[in-house]
Amino acid sequence: MIAIHDLHKAFKGHEVLKGIDLTVKKGETVVIIGPSGSGKTTFLRCINLLEFPDSGSIQIGDRALTFQPGIRHRSKEVTAFRQRTGMVFQGYNLFPHRTALENVMEGQIVVLKRPKEEAREIAMDLLRKVGLEAHADKYPHQLSGGQEQRVGIARAMAMNPDVILFDEPTSALDPELVGEVLKVMKDLANEGMTMIVVTHEMRFAREVADRVIFMDDGRIVEQGTPEDIFDCAQNQRTRQFLRRLTEA
Amino acid sequence: MFFSDRATQVWHLLLDSFWPLLKAGIVFTIPLTLITFILGLILGFFTAIARLSKFKALVAIARFYVWIFRGTPLLVQLFILYYGLPSIGILLNPFLAAVIGFSLNVGAYASEIIRAAIQSIDRGQWEAAYAIGMTKRQAMWRIIMPQAVRVAIPPLGNSFIALVKDTSLAATITVGDLFRKAQEIAAERYEPFWLYIEAAFIYLIFCSVLNVMQAQMEKRVDRHVAK
Repeated sequence: MIAIHDLHKAFKGHEVLKGIDLTVKKGETVVIIGPSGSGKTTFLRCINLLEFPDSGSIQIGDRALTFQPGIRHRSKEVTAFRQRTGMVFQGYNLFPHRTALENVMEGQIVVLKRPKEEAREIAMDLLRKVGLEAHADKYPHQLSGGQEQRVGIARAMAMNPDVILFDEPTSALDPELVGEVLKVMKDLANEGMTMIVVTHEMRFAREVADRVIFMDDGRIVEQGTPEDIFDCAQNQRTRQFLRRLTEA
Repeated sequence: MFFSDRATQVWHLLLDSFWPLLKAGIVFTIPLTLITFILGLILGFFTAIARLSKFKALVAIARFYVWIFRGTPLLVQLFILYYGLPSIGILLNPFLAAVIGFSLNVGAYASEIIRAAIQSIDRGQWEAAYAIGMTKRQAMWRIIMPQAVRVAIPPLGNSFIALVKDTSLAATITVGDLFRKAQEIAAERYEPFWLYIEAAFIYLIFCSVLNVMQAQMEKRVDRHVAK
């Protein structure tokens, strides 16, 4: 379903991704953990081309792109590729001039060219699913962070992506609001949505992930089931990272 | 008689000239302001887009244009257009020369305002638009511009009000605007003091009305934004 091969990315000579290989099966929930600066977020942003990898290849469904330094892909290819992925941002990035409902309708109308009525129905269904139908007509600034992020998830789902990428979706939230977002994500995972989640929520990783990936210094250091990683990590750096988390 | 003779005389002068001045304002000053502001906005918008484009030639053209028109006096620009161009065979009627001059001037200033407004929108908004598969153009029109407009309205409102007053310069290239009319009547009646006070008063009315309109527009576009 998703096949990523030998992905490299450098910023101004500093190599952030040093060759990432990853395959994700349909319906799988993959959680990426690792210290800050390990390249998790950059990796995620490369998957939907918010950053362009320097080299390597990404395949999502039947679309594949290969990257080489100096070669820019046509913007049509890029947007077509991005449409297969949804993204949920750490800072929500809702459109402030649109209501919750309109946020979820926007991409459907502009990108998928769905008729307005159909888009509205789908958006309403999705808002119901994330428990926000009562807030459909509110603007983002009238919502709590947790509500905003749930709208963000609905907005990503509305595009029927093959995979949804979550970039630290709960890091900007007040602690008491984290749960409501994680619950929505858990429901999604249980419904068979393919998800790649960068997070520091280890409980979520343990309960929901099919596979946990530990990244450090631009590489995948270790991966396995949550039990493999959390209970009997093989790698020294993984163990160190997890120990520091539990100490804190 | 409650008033002295002089007061009565001034009162009649003001009454007699009020309508001719207001009419000149309505027939010339307001249309000149509206036309040049709209043209200037369009020009400013495309210049801003050019400044932000990745094509170096476009960026250079836009910068050159802004550099010239912000770096030279508006009065000099008008004189070149109206008194200068005929010597190389281009004859413009005064109103057209004024429209061209003011539009180019407004465009240069507006482009900087619009560019700054577009750049002030958080990068995350572009990314969110791209992430749902929008093209750059769709992101610009659907997501960035509506937010940039809100940012740009207060400074553009200032430009607009400045323009109302700047149009009085058109009198120097013989456009029969409010100020030109005031000059004519002042010369006829030997009453410059009262005529120019009256002209100032009418400009003040125009600008006050615009101030109120601007405030309402700001309220309208601000309604979705947390304070």
